[in-house]
Amino acid sequence: MNTEIIGVVFMYLATIALAIPLGKYIAKVFKGEKTWLNLMAPLERFIFKFSGIDAHREMNWKQHLKALLTINVIWLFYAFFSLLFQGHLPLNPDNNPNQTPDLAFNTALSFLTNTNLQDYSGESGATYFTQHFVFMFLHFVSAATGLAAMMVVFKAMKEKTTEKLGNFWEFFLKSITRILLPISIVVAVILAFNGTPTSYKGKDTVIGLQGDTVHVSRGPAAAMIAIKQVGTNGGGWFGTNSAHPFENPNYLTNMVENISIILIPIALVFALGFYLNKKKLSWVIFGVMTIGFLIMLIPSITVEVGGNPAIAHMGISQPGGSMEGKEVRFGPAASAYWGITTTVTSNGSVNAMHDSMMPISGLAQMFDMMINAFYGGVGVGFLNFYIFIIIAVFISGLMVGRTPEFMGRKIEAREMKIASLIALLHPFIILVGTSLASYVLIHFPNINWGTKPSAWLNNPGFHGFTEMLYQYASSAANNGSGYAGLTANNIFWNVSTGLVIFVGRFLPIIGPVAIAGILASKKAVPESAGTLKTDTATFGIMIFAVIFIIAALSFFPALTLGPIAEHFSIK
Amino acid sequence: MKTYLLPSFKITIILIVILAGLYPLLIAGIGKFTPGHGDGETVTYKGRVVGYANIGQKFTKDNYFWSRPSAANYQADAGAGSNKGPLNPDYLKDVSARIDTFLKHNPDVTRAEVPAELVTASGSGLDPDLSPAAAKVQVPRIAKTRNIPAAELYKIISDNTERPVLGLFGPPTVNVLKMNVALDELKK
Repeated sequence: MNTEIIGVVFMYLATIALAIPLGKYIAKVFKGEKTWLNLMAPLERFIFKFSGIDAHREMNWKQHLKALLTINVIWLFYAFFSLLFQGHLPLNPDNNPNQTPDLAFNTALSFLTNTNLQDYSGESGATYFTQHFVFMFLHFVSAATGLAAMMVVFKAMKEKTTEKLGNFWEFFLKSITRILLPISIVVAVILAFNGTPTSYKGKDTVIGLQGDTVHVSRGPAAAMIAIKQVGTNGGGWFGTNSAHPFENPNYLTNMVENISIILIPIALVFALGFYLNKKKLSWVIFGVMTIGFLIMLIPSITVEVGGNPAIAHMGISQPGGSMEGKEVRFGPAASAYWGITTTVTSNGSVNAMHDSMMPISGLAQMFDMMINAFYGGVGVGFLNFYIFIIIAVFISGLMVGRTPEFMGRKIEAREMKIASLIALLHPFIILVGTSLASYVLIHFPNINWGTKPSAWLNNPGFHGFTEMLYQYASSAANNGSGYAGLTANNIFWNVSTGLVIFVGRFLPIIGPVAIAGILASKKAVPESAGTLKTDTATFGIMIFAVIFIIAALSFFPALTLGPIAEHFSIK
Repeated sequence: MKTYLLPSFKITIILIVILAGLYPLLIAGIGKFTPGHGDGETVTYKGRVVGYANIGQKFTKDNYFWSRPSAANYQADAGAGSNKGPLNPDYLKDVSARIDTFLKHNPDVTRAEVPAELVTASGSGLDPDLSPAAAKVQVPRIAKTRNIPAAELYKIISDNTERPVLGLFGPPTVNVLKMNVALDELKK
């Protein structure tokens, strides 16, 4: 094995080794047990006192959602207006302009929802103020929102018949003070010592060795990059994200950042087991997710390391594999690994340009986002998986002729309706968006918009179609990575993906919380010989089949028109 | 909703202060103790700053190690990849033209020896590195134009080579700007 493959294997094993104790720790935090970060308690008490919040008041699921949605609305307006007037606000050493209304709409929604699709470049489209006071702030609170929603579901699974499901503010704030902020500080310090800028100085101008004048964008980036990875946000300081040599200076930082991408998502799977005291269930879920992850990962690494056959035909050597859009310091294996980890987790940061990757990689990345539950985003990944569990329980129940039960609660028509709607919503918004864009592109290529549809795509043929499909898959999955060749900063794309992002975030939070809340209030059915065991390998296979069938049936036709057709046109 | 509105406002304000104000200031403070003092690490030649160690520069003259092609022309305030698909015919024409240019400037190199990274653009458009192999393939050209023995060039490459992390993880790399500064520092 060469050092690139060893690097990838090590990254994954190191993540697991950290995720298990972290999961145990997270469970402790939310059970209210003592941990060494209890030193944050005075700060938390101060924040609650200042905000006039009684963190001990138990809420039912509807109250949780009201609190969650109220504060998200406030953030949306705050972000939108800050971006709209960023040119006039302080901390703008490079004199960057205001964002246009459609761009501000897209960007505000995108960061609010943990998506971080970026139709601007940080060097010219944002200011130090908006990078920190809007983006980085939202990095923390959007991840904490996901964690708080997930905790409602955890709590609902744990308690006996109850309406009381903990306090939203407590879940929310502890996610920040005890999980996200401490890990981010560690990651930011590692980045700073490896060359990521931390100071507030603006652009520098230097004359290079060959005599060219170069303007070098800088800024206090390390703090933001840390939480962008830890919170599965993905929106970076610089336009090219973690491919930028300031944002990700060397292989060590690449390992740290990439571990941060999937650390909390994996830890949460184990946290569930520690929290419910059902470790076997955790391992079943982890097993399903890991198998799905590996099915995507291995082909992607293989094709990227193998190189581009079209370039091989030119008779040159590709010892480093396919290198278009990739950085020498990471190489193709670590770039492919990042591409899969960032799409399974709804992170969406990139260390190589996905648009230039091989079609099989694009297929795998899009499939990750279409499923959006193999590890998944911080908090919300589990919520998506929960929907699949509910469906799997229901179908299994039908197959064996028993009333479907999960965690001792009967799953009935109302819960199933919500679960089905949420499961179908995701393909619906992706495919409707892509069809609409394709329709406009074909029928109105030269319509007189700021950007004519005929100028949207950066590549012809199947690959061009993939650029559009990828954009909606990324928006709906709240991922935020892109086939960056797409000219997305115009009204059509800013508005349409903005809406997809919005729907794709909040309904999949509301749905699972509602199901869990309804189930928790039902009478518990005692476990009997006829109860379907959910912590077995058989049930794991069942969940996997449900996920695979829903995703494959929904998306296979669209994928055929994009990456699959492109793959088969390789000569 | 009303019962949640005021607490939402207040907790938002205080979290903005802590997360967007204090947290990055803490990191900026720690950053003062890093090699570049948080401003980015620079490279100097004859007392003049000639660039940032991490930010690649355009090198196209025959007497320097070339850096990789860049879709952003190495503009470090607007980095970008080409975002060309692997089978895009226009893109493949570009690659083919780059191969021809490379062969013309490096007559001692055969087509099969041209490394792909020297004819493909990086993701950031600011890739500061090459693999040691892609540096070595340029040695005959530089040795000829500068009229210095190849051995000295191989030494520059190996002096500037970054080993994999702990010798185990990731590819070895060599920083192009640092090699070229070393070239200029050689006595002629």
